Amino acid sequence: MNILRKKSAANVPFSETVIETFIRLCGVSAIVFVFGIFFFVFREGAGFLFGGLDLGQFLTSPEWYPTSLSNKRYGTLALILGTFSVTALAMCIAVPFGLGAAIFVSEFCSPKLRETFKIIIELLAAIPSVVWGFIGLTLMNQLIIAVFNAPIGLTMLNGGIMLALMSVPIIVSIAEDALKAVPDSYREAAEALGATRWQVVYRVLLPAAKNGLLAAVLLGAARSIGETMAVLMATGHSVNIPSGPLSWIRTLTATIAAELGEVARGAEHYQVLFIIGILLFTITFVVNLIADLVIKGIRQDS
Amino acid sequence: MENKIEISDLRVHYGDTPALNGISFDVHPNEILSIIGPAQSGKTTFLKVINRTLEFTPEATVEGSVKLDGVDIRTIGDVYGLRRRIGMVLPLPVGLPLSIYDNVAFAPRAAGLRTKSELDEIVERCLQQAALWDEVKDRLDTLGTKLSGGQQQRLTIARALSHQPEVLCLDEFSIAIDPVTTMRIEEVLKTLQKEMTILLVTNLVQQAKRLANRTAFFLNGDLIEIDTTDVIFSDNPANQATYDYVNGTFG
Repeated sequence: MNILRKKSAANVPFSETVIETFIRLCGVSAIVFVFGIFFFVFREGAGFLFGGLDLGQFLTSPEWYPTSLSNKRYGTLALILGTFSVTALAMCIAVPFGLGAAIFVSEFCSPKLRETFKIIIELLAAIPSVVWGFIGLTLMNQLIIAVFNAPIGLTMLNGGIMLALMSVPIIVSIAEDALKAVPDSYREAAEALGATRWQVVYRVLLPAAKNGLLAAVLLGAARSIGETMAVLMATGHSVNIPSGPLSWIRTLTATIAAELGEVARGAEHYQVLFIIGILLFTITFVVNLIADLVIKGIRQDS
Repeated sequence: MENKIEISDLRVHYGDTPALNGISFDVHPNEILSIIGPAQSGKTTFLKVINRTLEFTPEATVEGSVKLDGVDIRTIGDVYGLRRRIGMVLPLPVGLPLSIYDNVAFAPRAAGLRTKSELDEIVERCLQQAALWDEVKDRLDTLGTKLSGGQQQRLTIARALSHQPEVLCLDEFSIAIDPVTTMRIEEVLKTLQKEMTILLVTNLVQQAKRLANRTAFFLNGDLIEIDTTDVIFSDNPANQATYDYVNGTFG
């Protein structure tokens, strides 16, 4: 009956039209916001991007001297490498821990423990990033100095650990949902074939949930790339091509956050910071695009 | 003749709800024993007790004993080994999200077999036994979940045979497949009977009549009657309820 009624517009109740319009507006607004943000950021930086900025130098030079009086140089290579190295390090820590925790929560722990675990993980996700930065600045700083005998503990390693701790809750909750979404009939079938619980996990559940698990990892990575305050506080905030986990670095996001308050509106330096914003936008766009393509590729296989 | 399985006073509860109220019977080697009965009569629970997958249901409690070749299955330490001695085919076909080859090679691999040639041989033998080989031999690397329902059910049968079980349990295997395929699988079961004992839970009383040497009638967790199929389907089985059920005049 409902299907028949939908076809003739005259019979649609008024409330239905209102709700449908409202929901459509909500959906469209997401697109409007994304384009709006991109437009604004692009407008602020466009003047210098197309008139004066040496794009080659911007992307390949490690020299970031935006306030030099004699020779201003806007090279972001060190910042790009900073962002990528600290994210990669964070993922090296967060992915095994996150996926491991998700498998434990979803498959191996008792229902009672699972609820407690989930609450704690959500609590972990709710800690503001400035608090993580503070922990990095104080506790982790001293720990790294003590363990590695380093002169200073505000390093890529410090920031990476902080970012890992921030991404783990995201990875755990999305990966756990993905594992829970695997039908129980798969588990039963595999168990009836004499598979141990671990064999069920890695032979059946991981292949079945790989899309969701990949999404979990990529969202965790996106969180790391975009994170600002914690890395600003924990990594030393020093422009430097990273040479190892114990070198201090600076990221793209932290640069914008630290310098935007100090520049004159509309000045070259101001515009360059917005161009960095465009660069970040592009990076996250590419990461998301790759994720979409990978997931689509996996879907076609299956 | 030694009994293959001896069930004595088997009781199962899900929390406070009884599922099996003390049933006792024997299963002979190399027979096809069919179990018939309406929904909620405990047939599936019974199969889950035998391969000990009921242990995954936390609120289920089991009393009484089930002996496989004279050994109480609850005393068997290697529960995974036990499950491989018992093939299980579930009502709805479950193609694991793996290739056809990997589906059939799953249990041998879980048992530790790695040799490619042996796995190849098992996969081919089992798919042939399940009457699926000719349809899939050119695409063993496509996903099992992409097969049609009837093919997936034959895939689960091939999978259940892959660990060379001593007892093959089929739980309403034909509800998702067409009559022609059903008949083909029934022929397969008759052949398999030479090698193993078959427990056939079915809602189709005619299927029991066609295949089974003996038939057990379950009702609300009680074993009402077990006898040769000829007697169960005759005009005078021991219990009136059995007669009513097999003749469709139940209730």
